[in-house]
Amino acid sequence: MENDILIEDDYRLPDPVRLGDEPGSFTRIIQKIVFTVDHKILGLMYIGSALFFFVIAGLLASLMRIQLMYPNNTFLGPNAFNTSFTMHGTTMVFLVGMPMAFGFANYLVPLMIGARDMAFPRLNAFGFWVFFFGGCLLFFSYLGAPGLYAAGSAPDVGWFAYSPLTARAFSRGHSTDYWTLSLLLGGVGSVATALNVLVTVICCRCKGMTLGRLPIFVWSMLVLSFLVILALPCLSACQIMITLDRYLGAKFFDTQAGGSAVLWQHFFWIFGHPEVYILIMPAFAITSEVIPVFSRKPIFGYPIMVAALVSISFISLGVWAHHMFCVGMTSLENAFFVTSTLLVSIPTGIKIFNWIATMYGGRLRFELPLIFAVGFLFQFLIAGLTGVMLAVAPFDWQLSDSYFVVAHFHYVLIGGLLFTIFSGIYYWYPKAFGRMPNFKLGLWHFVFFTIGFHMTFLPQHFLGFLGMPRRIYTYQADRGWDEWNFVSTIGVLFQAVGILFFVYNLIYSYIRGESAGEDPWDAWTLEWATTSPPPDYNFAEMPVVKSRRPLWDAKHPDDPDWKYE
Amino acid sequence: MSANTEIDNVWKLPSHRKVGMVTLILAESALFTIFVVAYLFYMGKSLNPPFPREVLEFPLLGSIALFSSSATIFLAEKALHKGNRAGFLFWWGFTLVLGVYFLYFTGTEWVKLIYVDGLTIATNTFGTTFYSLVGLHAFHVVVGVMLLLGIFIAGIRNRLKASHTEHVEAISYYWHFVDCIWIVVLSVVYIISVRV
Repeated sequence: MENDILIEDDYRLPDPVRLGDEPGSFTRIIQKIVFTVDHKILGLMYIGSALFFFVIAGLLASLMRIQLMYPNNTFLGPNAFNTSFTMHGTTMVFLVGMPMAFGFANYLVPLMIGARDMAFPRLNAFGFWVFFFGGCLLFFSYLGAPGLYAAGSAPDVGWFAYSPLTARAFSRGHSTDYWTLSLLLGGVGSVATALNVLVTVICCRCKGMTLGRLPIFVWSMLVLSFLVILALPCLSACQIMITLDRYLGAKFFDTQAGGSAVLWQHFFWIFGHPEVYILIMPAFAITSEVIPVFSRKPIFGYPIMVAALVSISFISLGVWAHHMFCVGMTSLENAFFVTSTLLVSIPTGIKIFNWIATMYGGRLRFELPLIFAVGFLFQFLIAGLTGVMLAVAPFDWQLSDSYFVVAHFHYVLIGGLLFTIFSGIYYWYPKAFGRMPNFKLGLWHFVFFTIGFHMTFLPQHFLGFLGMPRRIYTYQADRGWDEWNFVSTIGVLFQAVGILFFVYNLIYSYIRGESAGEDPWDAWTLEWATTSPPPDYNFAEMPVVKSRRPLWDAKHPDDPDWKYE
Repeated sequence: MSANTEIDNVWKLPSHRKVGMVTLILAESALFTIFVVAYLFYMGKSLNPPFPREVLEFPLLGSIALFSSSATIFLAEKALHKGNRAGFLFWWGFTLVLGVYFLYFTGTEWVKLIYVDGLTIATNTFGTTFYSLVGLHAFHVVVGVMLLLGIFIAGIRNRLKASHTEHVEAISYYWHFVDCIWIVVLSVVYIISVRV
């Protein structure tokens, strides 16, 4: 396809700016962080900043638990309590859950599919920095903009910001604007990164890496990105509408002018429910890698696992109104959303059974990743069961907006997601830093965190049954809630000790950990075929894949997988 | 070795620029869906005038300009593939002019709506949903025009390289998408809602 209008001229790339001279100097490190477009460094930056925001949001949660420890407590006032739960929820969803997923996707997807980088490396850096500054903007709200009348006001409308709370009349000052603008930025960054992951998986696979041979981790990240592409623009539309309402006098959610507050709920949850599956996808991804490797068996029912992932994502686009049973929909709408929500439990159940079937008859090695993954299986089962209960509309009428709901989604997001994040961090730590995580410290982390987690959130189921609503800043002494609240708060202490063990382990193992080598777990996917940490270019020679377990084929040339697949 | 050369021959993956643009279009469609649904939801529910049937006129010339720009950008691409520089620049520039004309047309329509009919984004739910939906589309046309302009300038200055054909194709995907959205907006706003 030669044509005369197109002139080939070689651009010379400008030499990169050099600041400090010695490698490893402070300026060189800063330079590397700011200028990098390497998917591995960006992945670690995503995970690092997600952990940073996780600690901040965890501290906010601890403040709320201290306030609720005793009846009629005065540790936090009602305003501080409102800002705390809003910032806790918003941070955990948008600045911890999604960046964590993108961090893992960034670091691992190119390595697992045998690529040298993401499809759009500069877009990748753009996505990270937009997310990071969006997060900073959200927390800047605590300081406010000095000189304006809203100095020092954090958002206090809850993480789903129901209309008309966000209207000018009910939310004066700029607290809600910090919320909308930082989420708009977060939405742009997330769509950019999700687009990148999706295009990378479709267009950058190494030779022989057909869709049927992708690791399930990569499949999960593909499905996650697809959901982000479809769901996050809905959130951005919501933020645009709020801003138009607040600053141009638009009437989207202004009930006095014929606007509808319920429409906000629909629009928000059309984004909000796929978001829940976006958050849980990394759990599916990591568990599907960890369990086979530590059971010494290939994953059970690979095609069914992939089909379950895809069907979960499709069903999740049609279940949003189960957050709104109490709004008073028609019984036809209720029946539809009850049915579609219950349908999700089928593919999810298939996944749990397949993980168990993978472990069944395997030679289990109880290293840290598997320990956390097994914790995930049990806790995610409980979360799923309470989820099925809440999916039934009459049950939801009784317990909606109670602590039962709080307990349910914390079992999903902590018992489910966070445990697998820990599992994944321990599993890939040797790959990223070339050092083994310390087993003993990790075990203490597991023990303290598991005890603390159940102590905090198991009683909240009972509090919900006893009628305690969520988002109240205090309660009276004679409700029968005192003991459960006290136990719940003590659990936070155990969790905090667990997190300290975790952070200490990360630092300690980086300095003192024993050398890991290329493939410490004797695993099967391509990221273990290169050095730890991988070089900038990932693979000196581009790999060629013939089966789902390329490293098994390399280690067992006498009995390779591709003979059977 | 023989197995590897076999793979070499069949292993072709789609272009990342085109897949990237298709993915972006998917995301944009989700964004538009919400605004279209908002428009449909509030259709016929405005509490105070003006109502759509009183003030909206069918944007015939603007629509003709935008729809024909899909044809001209297709002809431009065809010229590019044949290596016909003058043809490419002519059709690409024509597309640019049609896009700018559409924006001018929308601008005059809005001036009439605001100053003659007194309809602003704050007047009623019709004004809110109308300006946000049509405005979102017009914003996408503005972005498209800027992309077209960038390629046009590069073409005039002889800076287009062989590696840029994919960029050109990706931009034409975007332009066709903006056109398709106009079909939806036209039917919902100017055909259905004026009959309610």
